[in-house]
Amino acid sequence: MPRRGGPPEVNAGSMADIAFLLLIFFLVTTTIETDAGLDRMLPPMEPPDTDVVIKQKNIFTVNINKNGQLLVEEELLDLKQLRARAIAFLDNGGDGSCNYCKGKKDDSSSDNPTKAIISLKNDRETSYGTYITVQNELVGAYNDLRNREGQRLYGRNFTEMESEFLNPETPSGIRDDLKEKVKKIQELFPQKLSEAETSTSN
Amino acid sequence: MAKFNKKKDGDLPAVSTASLPDIVFMLLFFFMTVTVMKDSSLMVQNTLPNASEVKKLEKKDRVLYIYVGKPTREYQKVFGTEPKIQLNDKFANVSEVGDFILQERAKKAQELQNVLTTALKVDKDANMGLISDIKQELRKVNALKVNYTTYEGDAFRNLQ
Repeated sequence: MPRRGGPPEVNAGSMADIAFLLLIFFLVTTTIETDAGLDRMLPPMEPPDTDVVIKQKNIFTVNINKNGQLLVEEELLDLKQLRARAIAFLDNGGDGSCNYCKGKKDDSSSDNPTKAIISLKNDRETSYGTYITVQNELVGAYNDLRNREGQRLYGRNFTEMESEFLNPETPSGIRDDLKEKVKKIQELFPQKLSEAETSTSN
Repeated sequence: MAKFNKKKDGDLPAVSTASLPDIVFMLLFFFMTVTVMKDSSLMVQNTLPNASEVKKLEKKDRVLYIYVGKPTREYQKVFGTEPKIQLNDKFANVSEVGDFILQERAKKAQELQNVLTTALKVDKDANMGLISDIKQELRKVNALKVNYTTYEGDAFRNLQ
């Protein structure tokens, strides 16, 4: 005897329940992490063979003591002013060889952004939070200057171009184009941030 | 007239829930694809500092994590309240950091071994002494690329 109306339909009413169960499991275990932070390069262990002589005026010293106070160029400075001071130092262009600098061209400050070095030293007792704030301000000083050059040369912020360049989802054609620009600006204001060994408090 | 009243006798038709599974499956697939299973549980307090000039850490397979902070409450009885280093699932001394990096580096694919970044996830109340020691260890094994992992925000909030 032929069956009427084909095979009986499977009841799919509980499908939603099963899917919900799985959904809730994944909802609970999900951690959408986007880690971000300050990128830094540590100096290599072996010191370079030749001793490089650096003029004192090309070094911008920043000392942090254990209470989180700053000693910048031998004088006490508030953390909020650090960025402006660092920009003034980097952008100084003392010997006139830097045609894009807008600084004061002060003879007693740095010669050229490519020669200017920021030296950071901290105490063993310094809290990590303070250290990150100082690092952030110094990186911020570089970024501000690089953004200025980015705007001048390409009409875009440097940080924006760099993050687009580093993003793996950016098409490679655009990446190659950005690579040149990013490199160019990085050469104008190279990040020379040296960190001395920590001092022990006494 | 009876002809026209015929349709009124029923109540409101039930809303069809036939497409509910589809919607739920869509959500399910979304969460399945974005899920990253936690590989190690935190044994240290880890309130990261804030910073505004951050760069995103792309490509998770190229990152090694080092956690630093005070042990959480359940471990404080055994390990005290001084900031400690956590590597994978256990506490470690500073001297073990180098070996850890070398081990983890050996596990990665050949072409990734030279482009690894070490992400330092450090509690903002930790002291720089410990961090400096870690940095020395990292320099010894030539793991020079570090990332101080932070939250995005105003850096001056760290000082409070």
